[in-house]
Amino acid sequence: MQHTAAIPEALPERNRGLDVSKEGITVANEEITQGLAGIVEEVAGVDADDVSTEKSFVDDLDIDSLSMVEIAVQAEDKFGVKIPDDELANLKTVGDAVDYIAKNA
Amino acid sequence: MAGLLEGKRILITGVITDASIAFHAAKIAQEQGAEVVLTAFGRVRLVERIADRLPKKAPVIELDVTNSEHLHGLAEQVREHVDGLDGVVHSIGFAPESCLGGDFLEAPWEDVSNALEISAYSLKSLTTACLPLMSEGGSIVGMDFDARVAWPAYDWMGVAKAALESTSRYLARELGPKGVRVNLVSAGPVRTMAAKSIPGFKGLEDTWGERAPLGWDVEDPTPVGRSVCALLSDWLPKTTGSMVMADGGFHAVGA
Repeated sequence: MQHTAAIPEALPERNRGLDVSKEGITVANEEITQGLAGIVEEVAGVDADDVSTEKSFVDDLDIDSLSMVEIAVQAEDKFGVKIPDDELANLKTVGDAVDYIAKNA
Repeated sequence: MAGLLEGKRILITGVITDASIAFHAAKIAQEQGAEVVLTAFGRVRLVERIADRLPKKAPVIELDVTNSEHLHGLAEQVREHVDGLDGVVHSIGFAPESCLGGDFLEAPWEDVSNALEISAYSLKSLTTACLPLMSEGGSIVGMDFDARVAWPAYDWMGVAKAALESTSRYLARELGPKGVRVNLVSAGPVRTMAAKSIPGFKGLEDTWGERAPLGWDVEDPTPVGRSVCALLSDWLPKTTGSMVMADGGFHAVGA
């Protein structure tokens, strides 16, 4: 695994341990993950620290479909991205959502 | 030219996303000059965010149509925003999982009664809750899916829609003397949150566009929203107890 300079040391502990060898994981993705974690915490009451890229919204974080819609709507407003319902169904993990937002914002 | 709904005060239920039929009815109503108040079933924060996507900000009131306290307090809460109502849109339906998707013979009565209460009886509950605000008459519009025939997968929701159709006729009968019209828009399939939760509904979506003489786009709620606004307007003044078929003409053809 090759750590790049893109992950500043100052980031909170919870953001380390990501698969940073993957291309495209940048500071921007870190910020999206943090922003998304805040939204998930607000909407679903899941501790933001538990919201990491490998977690499944439904299986790991126990988020129902209407909460997913609310998370998507908040993410749309926060990141200036459009997440159509059909696309939302494909976003199984936090990482899927982060990648989608990074690509489409 | 003044809008179709200039000066009208309209209460709209059933907005949950910006794909909701109710969202498009609200959007078009505002564009046509109406002042819109929304209700939210739980999820007030979500509906408020969606309301921010309307052309004009609309207040959001929490309303569970099976909650008598909510119903009792509704008129007062609406009055905080508008001094009366000229129209109400009922875009509310629910059926437990057992009631949809093809196991018609197995759905238990508790589930069926739940579907009937939320999807049909609530037209009466919502109407009576709003009546004190409609002293000058007005228009109630409900969302229907043609229940005169049986559909694949729609099952007990279809039975609930049949009850809704009948409820609207009885309400029309009761409220005609008060100048309140009660009608339904029977829409073709629109890909909303609600539609997507109906297993097997996709089969209907696929054939609709081919059969409907005017064609049909399941991704476009605008024709349905416009039909709702037409019924809310003063331009169907002697229409009550009626179903307006906003379905591309699907109902009129046999194959």
